[in-house]
Amino acid sequence: MSISIKRAQRPAHWFCMLSLLGFAAPTQAQLRLDITKGTSDAVPIAVVPFGGQPEGGPADVASVVGSDLERSGRFAPMPRTDMVTRPVRGDQIRFEDWRLLKSDFLVVGQVQPGASGLAVRFELFNVATGQQLLAKELPTTEAGLRATAHRISDLVFERLTGVRGAFSTRLAYVEVEGAPPAQRYRLIVSDADGFNPHKVADSPEPLMSPSWSPDGQRLAYVSFEGKASAIYVQDLASGKRSRVSARAGINGAPAWSPDGRTLALTLSRGGNLDVYTLALASQTLTRVTSDDAIDTEPEWSRDGGSIYFTSDRAGSAQIYRVSPDEGARAERVTFTGSYNARPRVSPDGEELAMVTLDRGNYRIAVMNLKTRALRVLSSSNQDESPSYAPNGVTLIYGTQDGGRGALATVSSDGRSQQRLSADRGELREPAWSPFPAR
Amino acid sequence: MRLMHAALVGFLVLGLVACQKKQTRPDEQGAGATSPGGGVSTTGVDGSTTGQASDLTTAQQQALAALKTRSVIYFEYDSSEIRSEYLQVVTAHAAYLVKYPNARVRLEGHTDERGSREYNIGLGERRAQAVRRALQLQGATETQIATVSYGEERPAVAGGEEQALAQNRRVEIVHAQ
Repeated sequence: MSISIKRAQRPAHWFCMLSLLGFAAPTQAQLRLDITKGTSDAVPIAVVPFGGQPEGGPADVASVVGSDLERSGRFAPMPRTDMVTRPVRGDQIRFEDWRLLKSDFLVVGQVQPGASGLAVRFELFNVATGQQLLAKELPTTEAGLRATAHRISDLVFERLTGVRGAFSTRLAYVEVEGAPPAQRYRLIVSDADGFNPHKVADSPEPLMSPSWSPDGQRLAYVSFEGKASAIYVQDLASGKRSRVSARAGINGAPAWSPDGRTLALTLSRGGNLDVYTLALASQTLTRVTSDDAIDTEPEWSRDGGSIYFTSDRAGSAQIYRVSPDEGARAERVTFTGSYNARPRVSPDGEELAMVTLDRGNYRIAVMNLKTRALRVLSSSNQDESPSYAPNGVTLIYGTQDGGRGALATVSSDGRSQQRLSADRGELREPAWSPFPAR
Repeated sequence: MRLMHAALVGFLVLGLVACQKKQTRPDEQGAGATSPGGGVSTTGVDGSTTGQASDLTTAQQQALAALKTRSVIYFEYDSSEIRSEYLQVVTAHAAYLVKYPNARVRLEGHTDERGSREYNIGLGERRAQAVRRALQLQGATETQIATVSYGEERPAVAGGEEQALAQNRRVEIVHAQ
């Protein structure tokens, strides 16, 4: 059933000027990373401090690359104190030294003046064979050094694992400060490692459910700033935003279709939540579910051909799948356990991440859509809001650390876990951005 | 001449009244405006009624003050059933709404922190709707009641122990005046 909007959506594009915020100096909490579970079979790699720059600063390229690789759970970077020599070019490497130190791979490089200001030249070697696996020179600037380091991490990761690296991506999350009932809510976008936090929105009323557009340029989110929920779409570069849904009742859980043209969302009419789709250009609203139960948390399949959602139509929260057409019949997807909610489809479309009730604990689980086998990945008791890295290697989710909201990552095989906590405030609802354009 | 003057004044007064009415009509879409450059602002949905505070009779003000001492209804885990101990709270608020048809309430549904956030928005809404139905069964009208669900986003107290969780599973009855 297609519903055209009866009430004219007064200024459909309802811009305001948040652009200043987009460029404000980062006043947000800095994140701290702790490895909470490592793997014994992580591949040893040495990332030697790069020449041409001081060690230990925030733009220390080798340090950023090492942290990135370590965070993936697949690599164990060698501590600098263990390095006997510090080559910065391939012809300076004595491979027998690194073989003795039991490093499988070696990254060396230097920062030097370049056409655009600076250039970072780096090489990757197989220590056992001495073979050069990568050699590249990347133009950059002083301010762009961290971004260039993430790019190097991407290239090294892809060369060694065959999987595209996701280190040049970003995170969106909600930061909350203050004690209840007076709290301050901020929507933050940072680099994937938590650096460079920037405030996207700031409100004394709750902000929720950030969702990246497929092109990575916009965020949809829920704001209660009018003392009722509404969905906004905000362009990150300009800070301009439009209010796309502020219908009576609940406006929640926005999710972009793979083509970026339609939002799935949750609306309540007469107090009951159902899933709808909203075509952004035409503002055409289509009702997808119509059940007396809570139907919410829509998530598109990779081909856009179906929508996964949470519903308690069978008594407890479970995940269902429905075609986004009018009047389609929903099919139940999860059968294990008494609570499965907030589905997120893996980048390859083969798995579904969710929140599951695991022996009294809310944890992150991943289900294989073919075999329906469910494996629990996280180990706390209040884990929620899973979001896949665009390469599917890692998931980020919300957890608690000493009673405060924090973020955590877990590799999709569950073998390595890390926690990202803030020096102040609570963190919640992480959403991992898509890949940047190549 | 005097007659015309009086008519003109009367016309102007009528016009002013009409204007006031128009200005105080709530935003149909029910969401606030955003001020330029200043992050988000909080122009309320209930802006239409805040101006009436001074219009209340002393009796109504006293009745309202008495109600405010008991204006929160607490729920069991994963339940939207109003427990018997809170029925008299509902009855008192319903009686007030029946007696003062100009009165408006906003029912704010909340959950504890367990489970998924957007799903909890649904559970909070279910609680707010349960209180709405109870108020309407006792004579309050639909136009007097607005609902909103904050899910787990606005806890009353911090903490994950059972006592804190119980205080957060609630519907707050907020009177517009």
